[in-house]
Amino acid sequence: MPEVSGLIQNKFGEENVVFTTVDNIVNWARKSSLWPMTFGLACCAIEMMATGASRYDWDRFGMIPRGTPRQSDLMIVAGTVTLKMATRLKRLYEQMPEPKYVISMGSCANNGGPYWRFGYHVLKGVDEVVPVDVYVPGCPPRPEALLYGVMKLQEKIQEDHVLRRKGDTLGSLAGASMAPEATR
Amino acid sequence: MHPADVHQRLGAQFGERITAFQAEALQPWAVVAAEAIADVAAFCRSDAELTFDNLMCLSAVDYPKETPPRLELVYHLWSYRHAHGFVLKVHLPRESPSVRTVENVWGVANWHEREAYDLFGITFTGHSDLRRILLPDDWIGHPLRKDWVDPDFYNGMHVKPTSQMAERSMAGEKIGIGPFDFTPPNRHVED
Repeated sequence: MPEVSGLIQNKFGEENVVFTTVDNIVNWARKSSLWPMTFGLACCAIEMMATGASRYDWDRFGMIPRGTPRQSDLMIVAGTVTLKMATRLKRLYEQMPEPKYVISMGSCANNGGPYWRFGYHVLKGVDEVVPVDVYVPGCPPRPEALLYGVMKLQEKIQEDHVLRRKGDTLGSLAGASMAPEATR
Repeated sequence: MHPADVHQRLGAQFGERITAFQAEALQPWAVVAAEAIADVAAFCRSDAELTFDNLMCLSAVDYPKETPPRLELVYHLWSYRHAHGFVLKVHLPRESPSVRTVENVWGVANWHEREAYDLFGITFTGHSDLRRILLPDDWIGHPLRKDWVDPDFYNGMHVKPTSQMAERSMAGEKIGIGPFDFTPPNRHVED
């Protein structure tokens, strides 16, 4: 698969034609401008802010924090998710447009963390309510860890396939069979 | 004013209704009869010698193993004018505890009393807006009481982790998507 990053290095001064796959170019575009929703819930949010600030600078990845789910591609769940917050978190996730991704940041979001056994008020892992793409361990994770998690998510996005009929799990919404073998 | 003097002044005003006094504590405290706390609070606020103009904290404690078992309300008072403090306590029964509000004495008591109601189930009569303040409105029970037992689920989400969840989590498996059966459309079926 050819590297497409040369596009932005002025290597094509003349009008030209580039051959690549749709998957490659679309996934490259998606992974290069992940706009995260600002979703700081606890102390992990401090590390997330540090990741966004000048020293670690996730602007390098085209990541610009958004204040609304309508403009977001990525939800970084940074911190303790209480049961009260979980319903709101679920709604915000559903308000995000496709494609959307979730990074679970820190022990609390991963599985409840220190509230695993005796926290009557804490969700035992954010994957109980939303599907999670990348889990970042730590309490809280350092900015390097979060950046590594973002890069793992980028790898995951690069392997995605666009322009294909989706699995039968989505088809259940319309009541139609959208199994891969039925549509290919 | 010294705490013993505060106690003496309260005793002179309310007599029998100040039921106990502990001067040896780090923060000396007096126990007030439950039905008198609103009057005592108003006096503490308005009396020129005391002038407790600030309710620093209103908290509750559960003592199920004391005889008799009781809930305690603790009022930490502070006077900015005289730079002295005092602590009032109220003993309440664990069954249907109820006490008059001090919201009209110190406005800050509004939220503190809502918290005590939320987590201990203490009813404050005369309170203007006695709702839960931290937990969701549809929560059942008062979790800081010692006899609290975690329910298995709240709205379908695990409150108490099961041993199966622990084992599967330790094995690195993803613990399902819970009650919200929602598979995201951006998960594509691989070839």
